[in-house]
Amino acid sequence: MNVASVSTPLVGHTPVDQAGLAPKITIKNLDFFYGDSKALKNINLMLYANKATAFIGPSGCGKSTLLRVLNRMYDLYPGQHATGEVTLDGENVLSSRLDLNLLRARVGMVFQKPTPFPMSIYENIAFGIRLYERLSKSEVDDRVEHSLRRAALWEEVKDKLSASGQSLSGGQQQRLCIARTVAVRPEVILFDEPCSALDPISTAKIETLIDELKEDYTIAIVTHNMQQAARVSDFTAFMYLGELIEFGDTSKIFTSPGDRRTQDYITGRFG
Amino acid sequence: MDRSLYARRRLFNTIAVTASLGATGIGLAWLAVILFGLFWQGFSGLSPKVFTEMTPPPGADGGLLNAITGSLVMTVLGVVIGTPIGLLAGTYMAEYGKHDKLSSVVRFINDILLSAPSIVVGLFIYQILVRPMGHFSALAGAVSLAVLVIPVVVRTTEDMLNLVPNTLREAAVSIGLPRSLMIRNIAYRAALSGIVTGVLLAVARVSGETAPLLFTALNNQFFSSNLNAPMASLPAVIFQFALSPYKDWQKLAWTGALIITLSVLALSIVARALAGSRKAS
Repeated sequence: MNVASVSTPLVGHTPVDQAGLAPKITIKNLDFFYGDSKALKNINLMLYANKATAFIGPSGCGKSTLLRVLNRMYDLYPGQHATGEVTLDGENVLSSRLDLNLLRARVGMVFQKPTPFPMSIYENIAFGIRLYERLSKSEVDDRVEHSLRRAALWEEVKDKLSASGQSLSGGQQQRLCIARTVAVRPEVILFDEPCSALDPISTAKIETLIDELKEDYTIAIVTHNMQQAARVSDFTAFMYLGELIEFGDTSKIFTSPGDRRTQDYITGRFG
Repeated sequence: MDRSLYARRRLFNTIAVTASLGATGIGLAWLAVILFGLFWQGFSGLSPKVFTEMTPPPGADGGLLNAITGSLVMTVLGVVIGTPIGLLAGTYMAEYGKHDKLSSVVRFINDILLSAPSIVVGLFIYQILVRPMGHFSALAGAVSLAVLVIPVVVRTTEDMLNLVPNTLREAAVSIGLPRSLMIRNIAYRAALSGIVTGVLLAVARVSGETAPLLFTALNNQFFSSNLNAPMASLPAVIFQFALSPYKDWQKLAWTGALIITLSVLALSIVARALAGSRKAS
């Protein structure tokens, strides 16, 4: 995928070969509650290893909520809880005995708003690396460079690594956040509307990036942009009012959806 | 369009703006009068001697060295004792117990403490420290100042941490940072200038306190570095000298008042500059 393909959605998407698929995350009978109100209703879904799965649906349908279950982000807030089963490589993510820090080191997340830490560009990335690995200075240097290259940011920041992360432009900040996430070497990366605050060129760069990242990571992306879902994902899940309406091969969802509501949504009739 | 309606609104606006300006003017005028009086009476007394000599007996030459050092020692000690407590309590309330009962109770009590008359704090320390020890001491003075520092630091720490966006916390947690490290490395860093401002404001607040010191550190005519003995302080000396019938004592009191005012002014300016730099970033 390259920049030029931004303007040519839905073209050239070949159906995914179902044979070589390995489930990375399995979601079974998942319900989620904000206090007493049920935000997710009986979700059943698989995220396949080294594939990108897009979550689409109108605002408030539970896409982001679902994403935040996968790394237990909701645990930060009282009154939110999930029931059902979510497994990551067979390990129960919802278990109360699970070490959340280790889970989040395995399941990284990139947010809607770029959130660089209040420190230098270098430290933004090195900080997370040093958390879980004992590395020499030169090894950290290498990893920082590699991560920044991975996020297509190295050329733009290599001469000002000691500048504040907050001095970068919005698109650069978002790529810094991706580099930061990649640097910790997670297995899954969750993208929560990563481009909604960015201009088209930055968006294209990040989409290209996501496409490349699939080689090494399992990816889940929430997006309001249907073209984006079509461009970057292998699988698409359509959600509506807290329910998973339809899940399948992206090319199938966008060309011949099985459910009327999916069709209405992707053709812009509501949402 | 009814022009008379518009005209009435404009007239009302003019009256309201004039009244506001007048009120501001009255407030500022008193401040100016006080500052002018302080400079007028205190400036002529400023000389190297003020900073090198002890408080004199009536009629003799002298300075304020023991009072200035006493104030510095007790203020610094009070801040050193009070800041960690306030910082930890504020952190608990903003980061760990945001929604729990304990936090709301502490928040309520802290607000009361924030506006508690300082003389009550002095009496409290007198009861729990001075009476059991059997004598006044600089330590008791420092503790009473610490009690005044705590609520200010608790409040600013909590407020400043609350200004740190949750998205930043989530981002920190999302790379596997334990909460404690997230607070230390991310939240504190983001709130740093605000928290420092709060501590500086607390210093400014306690450096002029007289009442709690009168019940705890009392005063001392001589230089003392013994924390277990009474210690002089600028506010206490000003209180004593200003009420005295001796002209030279009164003059020193004015000079002392000027020194305190200028220090607090300097601290406030630094605090504002820090707060401003926070906004800019």
